[in-house]
Amino acid sequence: MSLLSIQNLSQSFDGKPILDGLTMDFWEGHIHAVVGPNGAGKSTLANTIMGLHGYTNYGGEIFFDGQSLRGVSVDARARMGITLAWQEPARFEGLSVLRFVGAGSKRKDPAHVKGLLEALGLEGERYLHRSVDRTLSGGERKRIELASILAMEPRLILMDEPDSGIDVAALDYIFTALSRLKNQGATVIMITHSRAVLEQADHAFLMCNGRLREKGEISKIGRYFIDRCIPCDHINEPDEEESIL
Amino acid sequence: MSSSDLVAALLQSIGVDNPHGLSDNTARIEVHENRVVGLKLVPGLKVDADETDDGINVEIRVEAGVRLQKPVHICFGVLPEDGWQHIDLDVRIHQDAHASFLAHCTFPNAVDVRHTMTAGIEVEPGAHYAYFERHVHGTHGGITVIPEARVIVHDDAEFTTEFELIKGRAGQIKFDYETLCHDRSVVEMTARISGRADDRIEIHERAQLLGDEAKAALISHIALRDDARAEIYNDVTAYGARARGHVDCKEIVLDRAIAKAVPMVAVHNPTAHVTHEAAIGSVDSRQLQTLLSRGLTEDEATDLIIEGLLSKKARWTKD
Repeated sequence: MSLLSIQNLSQSFDGKPILDGLTMDFWEGHIHAVVGPNGAGKSTLANTIMGLHGYTNYGGEIFFDGQSLRGVSVDARARMGITLAWQEPARFEGLSVLRFVGAGSKRKDPAHVKGLLEALGLEGERYLHRSVDRTLSGGERKRIELASILAMEPRLILMDEPDSGIDVAALDYIFTALSRLKNQGATVIMITHSRAVLEQADHAFLMCNGRLREKGEISKIGRYFIDRCIPCDHINEPDEEESIL
Repeated sequence: MSSSDLVAALLQSIGVDNPHGLSDNTARIEVHENRVVGLKLVPGLKVDADETDDGINVEIRVEAGVRLQKPVHICFGVLPEDGWQHIDLDVRIHQDAHASFLAHCTFPNAVDVRHTMTAGIEVEPGAHYAYFERHVHGTHGGITVIPEARVIVHDDAEFTTEFELIKGRAGQIKFDYETLCHDRSVVEMTARISGRADDRIEIHERAQLLGDEAKAALISHIALRDDARAEIYNDVTAYGARARGHVDCKEIVLDRAIAKAVPMVAVHNPTAHVTHEAAIGSVDSRQLQTLLSRGLTEDEATDLIIEGLLSKKARWTKD
């Protein structure tokens, strides 16, 4: 069953189309990967679904659990169960990990937050009272952000480049968290360039130049992306006649 | 009201219900208006107080080599709606002594209260002096706070101070601190203030890095709402070889509030290095969007971001 349905979605900035008539369905309880070259519109897709400031004036429709998201604010979308993990998580000077992770959760107690951090390979006691600021590495902030997402028990998680800034060891914890989210029945949409991340997905979509080029099995989409898109010499200028799979 | 009742009332206003809740080996000084109403000393700490027509003169000494194990608790306050308090403070932390002070300045009912302090502070060679000052103000905004301090930090000495006013109305605040920093000394001065309504905040802080390898950081974090205004002038001037200085001024401005930050840095020695950063504006959009995407409302998210900006430094959390 589709939890998120996108119909003929378009988005443009300064007259330049970034998303161009996208129609996609994301299945409840499944992990989806969206791949494509830089500039294909993947992050714009995630930001538009989240309804971030500057992304609310779109064409087409986005339905979440059958309800149109047009006119629904970011925080209202989050309270419906949609959230976003940024490629580069924000820093919060002075705000403790405990307060940040607990912010969107019904359970704000240290023991619960500590457990979430430890599920992501971070020693709870060492991190609870640290500030979410520049003293944390990019990888630590990424995992702390993911802990904040686990804490809110969302229904739909948009993850923009979940492996960006993460070392190989920490990546395993991200994948463990993905499994946990899936087991909880959550739906995940990952924006990625990484084969390792792509392999965690159940389904994949290939975007190019704001359009959906293909969807289906991750092995086929992944192979095409690695073999054809990465070395492509006409990025975001797709040959419409070309059969891609 | 008796002295013991005044002590109880002062402490109650800062959230300490039992004046005897502080352990026996905790030094305490309580001053209501211009009168010392409570005093408990520990070995190595000397306090003399003279009440004068103009206020009160307080002399604090920590003897050479003494390491006070617990922070000295200070409470200055005016409990009635109107009144004044002037403290002439003379502090000397003798050579190699270590002492920290946890001060509360409480004016919970102020409608027309004036609190002024003139301090001369000398931290002798090798000594460490840490002073955390939390202000507890009421909701009227009828309070004027004017502290002035001249601080001399000798060779290898350390002086840290943190001023916190995040609950209640700031009223009118104008403070002026100047530090002279000698060889290898370390100075850090932090102010964290929340202003609202028609509060007015003016901060002048100066650090002169006179000695070689002296270090200073001046940090001001201010959040303003409604029609509040703030002006921050932070000045670090380096003369000593390999001296290091930094000015950090961050202000969040909401509603019709106005903020002005003037970081001033000067270097008179080619081996010295002084930096500054100043950021004034509304809450950071990226931070706001992150918290909105966790389901917080815009007001809740803004409050949480401001809470972070105004949070206490980790080093004080055990006090």
